[in-house]
Amino acid sequence: MVEIWDNYGLPMVWMILKIIAIVFPIMLSVAYLTLAERKVIGAMHLRKGPNVVGPFGLFQPLADGLKLFLKETIIPSGANRGVFILAPCVTFVLALIAWAVIPFDKGMVLSNINVGILYLFAISSLGVYGILMAGWASNSRYAFLGAMRSAAQMISYEVSMGLIIITVLLCVGSLNLSDIVMAQREMWFIVPLFPMGVIFFVSTLAETNRHPFDLPEAEAELVAGYNVEYSAMTFALFFLGEYANMILMSAMTSVLFLGGWLPPFNAIPFTWIPGPVWFALKIAFCLFIFIWVRATFPRYRYDQLMRLGWKIFLPLSLAAVAIVSGILVAFNLTPNHG
Amino acid sequence: MIEALAFYIFSSIAVAAAFMVISARNPVHSVLFLILTFFNVAGMFVILGAEFLAMILVVVYVGAVAVLFMFVVMMLDINFVELRQGFLNYLPIGSLIGLVMLIELATLFGSWVVTPVIANRGLMPTPSPDITTNTHALGNIVYTHYVYLFQAAGMILLVAMIGAIVLTHRNRPGVKKQDIGRQLNRNPANSVEIRKVEIGKGI
Repeated sequence: MVEIWDNYGLPMVWMILKIIAIVFPIMLSVAYLTLAERKVIGAMHLRKGPNVVGPFGLFQPLADGLKLFLKETIIPSGANRGVFILAPCVTFVLALIAWAVIPFDKGMVLSNINVGILYLFAISSLGVYGILMAGWASNSRYAFLGAMRSAAQMISYEVSMGLIIITVLLCVGSLNLSDIVMAQREMWFIVPLFPMGVIFFVSTLAETNRHPFDLPEAEAELVAGYNVEYSAMTFALFFLGEYANMILMSAMTSVLFLGGWLPPFNAIPFTWIPGPVWFALKIAFCLFIFIWVRATFPRYRYDQLMRLGWKIFLPLSLAAVAIVSGILVAFNLTPNHG
Repeated sequence: MIEALAFYIFSSIAVAAAFMVISARNPVHSVLFLILTFFNVAGMFVILGAEFLAMILVVVYVGAVAVLFMFVVMMLDINFVELRQGFLNYLPIGSLIGLVMLIELATLFGSWVVTPVIANRGLMPTPSPDITTNTHALGNIVYTHYVYLFQAAGMILLVAMIGAIVLTHRNRPGVKKQDIGRQLNRNPANSVEIRKVEIGKGI
């Protein structure tokens, strides 16, 4: 009995503690990301933003959460019950499990697997299911239209995202996320692969259904798109999942292009600050751009969105794969492996 | 122990979900069960140590192929009652075809002989992940040893894709298309005409 506890029980408890140590800060940052979004957009609109609940409105996310928690969950009578309830759970779980492979510092990662970037790509490509299921199960025209738009949009932008990830992998020679970060010790990949970094970020905007690509929930035409029939906690799960996905995509951009936990210069005042803080700062920077874009740009028209994905980003990123591999081979820069 | 337990959980869910794919009444539920099957098979790949294949299975089949299935199934308006009407009429023919297939499979696998070289190789331990990763091993096989076959397969797929486009594409007259280049090249000189309209006459 003691042996079983030592071999399986103790590692299990230790693992659960580690998972809580990752999930709790993420949920907290999701809550405060909503506040930050309202505050930043408020500042850009010359308004104050939420400032009533608590000092500077700091308790606003908690109040919102409590409100959603206490409301009644309404399930439409025409809905497909099982799938209707499953959809928000899928969205929320997928947004959280991807964090298992994100490295926060050297060796500070829940599961350091060999194919980390593929795992991330796989999980982010599953995000479309939550939305598709929600749209279909709601049995409502607006929700269904939103889900269809979202599915087409996410598939289109995934292709160029995959090709851009390949250009990064060509420079690293490994699919492990820690190796990807360590390969950027000399120079962050945003410098040599500059246009790719920008295209990747724009693709993540489309992948998370954020402005200016938020057609799936365009409030002016589709009311609220796929989540129009959802209320209370089921809606809250969608909301949390969407914001957790934003943070995840920012983390992915930081790991692939902004050097993960590495300081900008390997010199004394920068190396005093620990790695996780640098990583958090980079994520916060990307999130600020997410919000900044929302406050600045109008929504794309649907055919323009598809044109951007298939006729501009896809050829550009395909060309980048050929060009980057050509340069690496020509100048003998390929990372060597046994 | 954990590995065996995980294997039995994954495989039993995979088989049960695969059964539900063909027995579910609602086609959308069928697709969802198909996705569950894919996931469990991916889990079994991970147990085998084939992590690259597991991730590719999820990316390609779950992330792309099943999404298209779901897309189509959701859009179709299928009448299930009508679909099940002729079930009993076709049952004898269907079961006959099934029986023939079963006999074929049985004779095929009954007479299957594995070469001793390969059979011995099955007992050899796979190289440890410290020496070579899945990705390098697969890349070595596909892009180095079998590069011509790989290229040939790629060409066949390209031909299939072009063929599908050629067969289904038709030029419909009278469809208004947007040419972004032409739109951007317009200027007031050749697109706006200013006329002086006399009062009470019209153009």
